[in-house]
Amino acid sequence: MSATAVHSLWTTAAVEPLNKIPAPHIEYTQLSPVLIVIGAAIISVLVEAFVPRKGRYVAQVFLSVLALAAAFAAVVALAAGGYGTTKAQIAAMGAIAVDGPALFLQGTILLASIVAIFTFAERRLDPADHGHKVDSFAAEAAAVPGSEQERAAVKAGFTTTEVFPLALFAIAGMLVFPAANDLLTLFVALEVFSLPLYLLCAVARRKRLMSQEAAVKYFLLGAFSSAFLLFGIALLYGYAGSVSYATIARVVDGAVVSVDPALADTMGNDVLLLIGFAMVLTGLLFKVGAVPFHMWTPDVYQGAPTPVTGFMAAATKVAAFGALLRLLYVVLPGLTWDWRPVMWGVAIVTMLGGAIVAITQTDIKRLLAYSSIAHAGFLLAGVIAATPSGISSVLFYLGAYSFVTIGAFAVVTLVRDAGGEATHLSKWAGLGRRSPLVAAVFAVFLLAFAGIPLTSGFSGKFAVFKAAADGGAGALVVVGVLSSAIAAFFYIRVIVLMFFSEPKADGPTVAVPSALTTLTITAGVVVTLVLGLAPQPFLDLANQASVFVR
Amino acid sequence: MENLIALLVGVPLLGAAVLLCGGRRLDRTGHWLGTLLAAVSFFIGLALFADMLGKSADDRAMHQRLFTWIPVEGFQADIAFQLDQLSMTFVLLISGVGTLIHVYSIGYMEHDERRRRFFGYLNLFVAAMLLLVLADNYLLLYFGWEGVGLASYLLIGFWQHKPSAATAAKKAFLVNRVGDMGLSIAIMIMFTTFGTFAFGPVLASTGEASQGTLTAIGLMLLLAACGKSAQVPLQSWLGDAMEGPTPVSALIHAATMVTAGVYLIVRSADIFNAAPDAQLVVTVVGAVTLLFGAIVGCAKDDIKKALAGSTMSQIGYMILAAGLGPIGYVFAIMHLVTHGFFKAGLFLGAGSVMHGMNDEVDMRKYGGLRKYMPVTFVTFGLGYLAIIGFPGLSGFFSKDKIIEAAFAKGGTEGWILGSVTLLGAAITAYYMTRVMLMTFFGEKRWQNDENGEPPHPHESPRSMTIPMILLAVGSVAAGAYFEFAGFVEWLEPVTGYAHGHPPISAAAVTAATVAVMVIGVGLAYLQYGRRPVPVVAPRGSLLTRAARRDLLQDDFNHAVFVTGGTHVTRSLVYVDHTLVDGVVNGTAAAVGGLSGRLRKLQNGYARTYAVSMFGGTAVLIAATLLMRAV
Repeated sequence: MSATAVHSLWTTAAVEPLNKIPAPHIEYTQLSPVLIVIGAAIISVLVEAFVPRKGRYVAQVFLSVLALAAAFAAVVALAAGGYGTTKAQIAAMGAIAVDGPALFLQGTILLASIVAIFTFAERRLDPADHGHKVDSFAAEAAAVPGSEQERAAVKAGFTTTEVFPLALFAIAGMLVFPAANDLLTLFVALEVFSLPLYLLCAVARRKRLMSQEAAVKYFLLGAFSSAFLLFGIALLYGYAGSVSYATIARVVDGAVVSVDPALADTMGNDVLLLIGFAMVLTGLLFKVGAVPFHMWTPDVYQGAPTPVTGFMAAATKVAAFGALLRLLYVVLPGLTWDWRPVMWGVAIVTMLGGAIVAITQTDIKRLLAYSSIAHAGFLLAGVIAATPSGISSVLFYLGAYSFVTIGAFAVVTLVRDAGGEATHLSKWAGLGRRSPLVAAVFAVFLLAFAGIPLTSGFSGKFAVFKAAADGGAGALVVVGVLSSAIAAFFYIRVIVLMFFSEPKADGPTVAVPSALTTLTITAGVVVTLVLGLAPQPFLDLANQASVFVR
Repeated sequence: MENLIALLVGVPLLGAAVLLCGGRRLDRTGHWLGTLLAAVSFFIGLALFADMLGKSADDRAMHQRLFTWIPVEGFQADIAFQLDQLSMTFVLLISGVGTLIHVYSIGYMEHDERRRRFFGYLNLFVAAMLLLVLADNYLLLYFGWEGVGLASYLLIGFWQHKPSAATAAKKAFLVNRVGDMGLSIAIMIMFTTFGTFAFGPVLASTGEASQGTLTAIGLMLLLAACGKSAQVPLQSWLGDAMEGPTPVSALIHAATMVTAGVYLIVRSADIFNAAPDAQLVVTVVGAVTLLFGAIVGCAKDDIKKALAGSTMSQIGYMILAAGLGPIGYVFAIMHLVTHGFFKAGLFLGAGSVMHGMNDEVDMRKYGGLRKYMPVTFVTFGLGYLAIIGFPGLSGFFSKDKIIEAAFAKGGTEGWILGSVTLLGAAITAYYMTRVMLMTFFGEKRWQNDENGEPPHPHESPRSMTIPMILLAVGSVAAGAYFEFAGFVEWLEPVTGYAHGHPPISAAAVTAATVAVMVIGVGLAYLQYGRRPVPVVAPRGSLLTRAARRDLLQDDFNHAVFVTGGTHVTRSLVYVDHTLVDGVVNGTAAAVGGLSGRLRKLQNGYARTYAVSMFGGTAVLIAATLLMRAV
């Protein structure tokens, strides 16, 4: 384009009256869950700015929980109004889908977020510092660890209440992520939830250097993966001439509507499609934590403040799997025979990799990180089924898994010694003798992770494996079951350690939490047992929600 | 009327529940409650019996269906009862003798602080045994079968503080498992063959099954019967079961439970009738056991163990008769009932003697008790005369019929079986006379107890003697009553009956029976009546020593099953340790090693992680392209 042409663009634009730009049509009702959370996040920033320091904590917790509950109510109302089934539609000029899977996952994310926010707000685990109640977050995140400035901040009783707006922004991004119906919205949503998470990882009160290291690693690798995703989006645009899911799907199916002359050379070129697909997949598999894009997981899970880890492990996974499902089922159903073998490979190495490496872990948070990798593999097995029951089984699994995960990390925050959380496994020896209730609750979560019957882990695993087997992935199921067997070893090992080892003399103590963490853990146990004992209503719900709008 | 059937089982079951759950507040009244409920069950039985007598012979069977137990498509298990003449006979025997023994136990267990529990177990036993004989299908029968096994286990080990009692209970339980396995296999074969296990359909359709299948079912049922009725080769538990309180020995291990095997075979008559091979095995088992038990009974000095040998032997008669087919079924049951009377009476008598002799069981330390315990002596004596088949008493009629039927089997078999039963009768007379003489006659050989106190034999309290007297009446009169009131006609509609024709005249058989009885009594008198009985048992012949050791049954079991089983287990453990564990541990070590190596990849450097991602993406792209190319 010549310089004159560019100039004419400018001048024409200036001459054209402003009202000629068509205003986008936004369905506010259907988007209300996202809008509520974004609105609350913005108000939350204002709270940081204008509410006095003393009142911020209460205001932020109140605002966050209220906003999330309201958003959840909106999701329920939408689902009850039939937007998940008969009235499913694509809203916001084709950018966001409002359909069963989107609503189901948004609901799951919101519920998980509410209980996660409870653990964010917990202020009774650490003893008061200089007369101020403290939570899991640094007094002043910007202060250099160990510096005079930090000490002063602690003494003044500062707290990083910014975690609440950060979390709300992240949640808003997560809500959009599985509902995104074009690649750009997908990318924007990804960044909206990733950036706050990077920050949240860095603000641990204890072991701050580790926390900051984790944040930097997460940020670097996250940026790296975003680059892949963005490059993949560019290639797919080159292939299809559009970033809209529906259009790409049509082009893949060979129903090309019109060829953009500027893209005449590239449109319909399958090499672009395949490379672009692989790169977008990289971006999503990174968030999911699939091997070999998983290596950030243990370091970040270990370094991040534990409430953040629980939130991340649950909600991010739900959002990322939602986006992955939509990509594979809506954009690329015509490519099933291309992506299935590749995903097979990824699922197998993820299941085995997660389970095998977990065996030699000595830190409970790292152990849970590897466990989450193995679970990502099990979920991928359900994704690969490429059937409606595959979708519903993954939805169910995500709901079950997120509560177990948040609950398990919440228990981790309780076991403490002088240095904060005692995460080394050797310190957990004999915990069942000293704190039978806490150990028993943790054992329930571990059994659910291991997929033992009567827990939600079993129902979920059974559903995804059944879907995978019905979808013709029998071999994958065999690998899945073998990995489960390996994984059972390290889960049970922790139980054995807790209940059948002698307690150490200088072992950690179990802090008595406030009602907030208690509520989180109770919710985890209840959901785990209910979904284990009577999973059918929830499976039915997931079944109803398993149709994507196209 | 048929709605009362469930109450027969329900009333004692309620008693068991109340007594076992009721706690200490029932300690003072519990035994009366238990006895009352057993009696209620007996009177309901009597009412049903009267009702049944009022109907015509073919119309007497009653049914009551309570509910469907396991409602599964193609697998219908009902809680349903069938009360016909055969069940009725058992109901009266179980609840009648059961009630008497409840009464007896009030006195016998007076000083036991766990008396309430004892009565709870007794009620449980009565309920389970009634369920066994009232079930209208094999599955429910099996339920009762296991129930009596449980009650038997609990009661043998009632004095569990004695290691010998605990061991005996365990032994009875284990040996019975073998038999129970047979019953469950038989039921499984029935279900696969006939698609049901209700008596009616199964027994009516035996014609549809092959001979081999029926033989298999028959043999499995026989195995079950052997376990429960202490027949060779599963006889070893009965002698040890005498560790239980004497009323238990009388009720469970003489009169009722041990006859369940006979019931099972007679109930399954149609199956055995169609499987002659199985029948032959039944007669052989019966014949072997009747001699086995009799020989063991001759050598025992423990009065209860001598009686236990006798029980084994008498049940051998019944099993043998049941194996003879329609010529024997009726007499098997008839002997079962008369035996129920006189053996229960004998055991209660033995209990009474022990009660008066500081719980001494060694007959060599008795002697001359007839003057001190006149009621016990007379009732025991009548039971003794009944069991040896003294003309006119119960055992005479029932045993004589079995011997006759054995001869009537015909051919060589008939001669062999007939001779065995005659020989058994002689030995019975011998060992029972021995018991009688050593206990009630001769000089006193009493020993002081561990505190140096000499025994003060005395007659037992009324609650104990009255049941003994009533049982003695049964021992005397039941046989003649059955003979003349038409027991054969009573049972015939259920079991079928064919009159057997022995190769020699019936009168000759009777004469021979009486003759061998006299010979047996005479031999015993020469040995134990004319000569003083040594207090310390003489060494004895090889056979005597073997018989004292229960004809080496435990030694045999030990050598074959225990040692053999141990060897098999050891080899399995070896295979498990080397092969299975080797593979398992090897896999575990391999996975662990792999884990350790892979873990090193996680080195903490973001650059390494990025390389991993880059490589992963490259592989993804390559694989995707490759898939398309292929």
